[in-house]
Amino acid sequence: MKVELRVNGQLREVDCSPWKRLLDALREDLRLTGTKEGCGEGECGACTVMLDGEVVNSCLVAVGQCAGRDVTTVEGLAHGDLLHAVQRELVACGGAQCGICTPGIAVCAAHVVDRGLATSRDKVRELLAGNICRCTGYQLIVDAVINAAKAK
Amino acid sequence: MPRVDGVAKVTGRALYLDDLEAPNAWHGATVRSTVAHGILEAFDLDPGFDWSRVVVVTAADIPGKNTIALIEDDQPALVAIGAPIMHVDEALALVAAPTRELAFAAARAVKPRVEPLPANFDPAASTHVFKEFRVRKGHATDAEFDAAIARAAHVIEGSYSTSPQEQMYIEPQAMMAEWHGTACHLVGSMQCPYYVHKAMKVLLGCGPDGVVVRQAVTGGGFGGKEEYPSMLAAHVAVLAKKAGRAVKMVYDRDEDIAATTKRHPARTRHRLAIDAHGEICAIDVDCVMDGGAYLTLSPVVLSRGVLHAAGPYRCPVVRVRGRVVMTNHPPHGAFRGFGAPQTTFPYERQIDKLARHLGEEPLALRHRLALRSGDTTATGQVLGASVGTDEVIAAVRDAAGPVPARDGPRCKRGRGYAFYFHGAGFTGSGEQRLAGRATVAALPNGRFEVRTSSTDIGQGALTIFTQIASQGLGVDAALVDIIEPSTDRVPDSGPTVASRTCMVVGGLIEKASRELRDLLPARDRELTVTKQYEPPPGVHFDDETYTGAAYPVFGWACCLVDVTVDLDTYEVRIDRCVQAVDVGKAINPVIVRGQIEGGTLQALGWALLENIVYRDGKVANANMTNCIVPTFADAPEIETMIVEVPYPFGPSGAKGVGEIPMDGPAAAVANAVEDALGVAFDALPISPEAVFAKVRP
Repeated sequence: MKVELRVNGQLREVDCSPWKRLLDALREDLRLTGTKEGCGEGECGACTVMLDGEVVNSCLVAVGQCAGRDVTTVEGLAHGDLLHAVQRELVACGGAQCGICTPGIAVCAAHVVDRGLATSRDKVRELLAGNICRCTGYQLIVDAVINAAKAK
Repeated sequence: MPRVDGVAKVTGRALYLDDLEAPNAWHGATVRSTVAHGILEAFDLDPGFDWSRVVVVTAADIPGKNTIALIEDDQPALVAIGAPIMHVDEALALVAAPTRELAFAAARAVKPRVEPLPANFDPAASTHVFKEFRVRKGHATDAEFDAAIARAAHVIEGSYSTSPQEQMYIEPQAMMAEWHGTACHLVGSMQCPYYVHKAMKVLLGCGPDGVVVRQAVTGGGFGGKEEYPSMLAAHVAVLAKKAGRAVKMVYDRDEDIAATTKRHPARTRHRLAIDAHGEICAIDVDCVMDGGAYLTLSPVVLSRGVLHAAGPYRCPVVRVRGRVVMTNHPPHGAFRGFGAPQTTFPYERQIDKLARHLGEEPLALRHRLALRSGDTTATGQVLGASVGTDEVIAAVRDAAGPVPARDGPRCKRGRGYAFYFHGAGFTGSGEQRLAGRATVAALPNGRFEVRTSSTDIGQGALTIFTQIASQGLGVDAALVDIIEPSTDRVPDSGPTVASRTCMVVGGLIEKASRELRDLLPARDRELTVTKQYEPPPGVHFDDETYTGAAYPVFGWACCLVDVTVDLDTYEVRIDRCVQAVDVGKAINPVIVRGQIEGGTLQALGWALLENIVYRDGKVANANMTNCIVPTFADAPEIETMIVEVPYPFGPSGAKGVGEIPMDGPAAAVANAVEDALGVAFDALPISPEAVFAKVRP
């Protein structure tokens, strides 16, 4: 079945089962491999994308549900070489180590910062609690999100 | 300097194994045992399944020796017909198919016929000891040791248990193989390309040129990708040979948790004897680790556990006995800390109990009893330079602030400490035996290459190596390339383990870079300098008697934890965590902070909420819903203090940092919970259920 959706601002079409996970449609059909699979059950957040501006786990969304909707992945955060503020700060603060959770965290953090929700460290921790990072202990990521919010 | 791989990672451009373009690759899947012990009699292939588009591999397809070569060759890559199955989820057969879905369907359609046998999951009932180590100081016989204990003014006795722990790297195990003529090319998520290379030479029955192993960008390891990747490599190599095309295998999370290695669970009896002056006069430790069904790295894990078991305290008479035994659990293996967290928890609980007995302030007691330069460890090693005892304890004392009020609304609060050490680099004579090498090259085009087999698994090796080389060469960092670890392009620098990458391999890069600088600027051809590890003068360990310099140097650390115990939910919340770690020299302070904070949180998770639940030998919580790790919301703000007492033989004075933060915080948490509730917690994890069981009204 053909499904039309807008990915990172561009109209795209995938031809697959409507039950295919959005995660797999992005990675396999559209070759956008920035979105990662960590658990496949909505626990780790590595596959976080924005769907019509809200953050979702793309492993829990069927691509058929995305017809006519807007998807933003990590590939859509930067404008050319100009990184989004959270990406820039994640690099500057050391908020990415192994990097496998980083795309999901960058997407969720961009959502949090762009909406002006990063009002305190506790708030950032609460809003990012669906994204698991095993490397950093989280602190340097919180630093990055707070810095990005200040820069906006 | 920011991470050199930072931009690639925050933009999603970094390519992990599953991201690599491989349009014609088939997908592999594994047929696993559902019983913990038995004899594999045969396979029945479901006649209703269409086998025409599927390749099936059994042990009979392995071209060389059916073993995952490591320390001993006891673990098969696949259980052969007629051979014993030793644990649940052991690999019995393999399938490959054009899609992942078809591969998994095919794996389900292979039905192993198994004659079950009785299984043992209790280390105490095990009759097979994989390895035993003994450390003996200040006594010749057990009778002499008993006499020393008998002379003591007081003896603190305790029994401790620590739980198995999942590494939970967020990228599951992943590997791909493709044959080019007679050579097997492997690429995957791994810590140690040469471990895989060595194992594949045996499994494939080929020479060193018959296999090439390359590391892809790797999404975390923590020890979990030290030895296990050889298993995946074996599987995809044989599948790819039979399928005549590339085959990749990416575990899903449930399979990864169920089948791969965990931290060894351990039980430890500890006796701490003091004389009339409150000095430690004897230490007796007896530790048993559950190795699981095969030996894997268990002897080395046990060795490190035993060598740290007496703790960083002065004591004239020490006896440490450790055993790692076989059970029918899946094999336990490498995980950050590598045996030391299991023996640190007991000794730091014991020291806390001693403080209670003596009525002495717990941090002051640790300061009074701690090892310093010139003191002798349990193995008789006289400590030289770079002992940060006073500095890390002072840092924590200065940061401590007022003790929180014990009683709160429906809660109790407490404070706990831990003081601990961690040997950097391989145990004993390991580094000499490894003889790791690193090469730095000046190319005719004006650029420089660093060639090592050390992998960046998130810990920052690429960045640290860039810094060390550019400083040694005296050139801009932008001119330095760290070559992708591939066994056809880099020398064997030893594995990426044991807190050795910066200290040992970085040290080789520093030496090679300086020497190369003196040869410049002859640039019409490639100039290379290769350096091989040599132990610092006077560092010698006797593997027979287990005496001497167990490690070239130790890291030192002190941790403070404040907790609140909720008396309605029985949850323990970490209010504060202060970690002071002596790393010698922080070549990149941000990366060092990341290592300390990440390791500390893994330790806090192990203390409170992480666990592997075995039921009849099977992991009962093999998914991220039930096998939990701390989230942003669970984690405290960690107050990190980097202490630098330089190590003269490390690059710019650096020593290991990767593992030490994992060792101590669990004991600090238990000590804080005891301070809050007045009840001892000597088993991990200190879950709400465990607290409820002890303090229910």
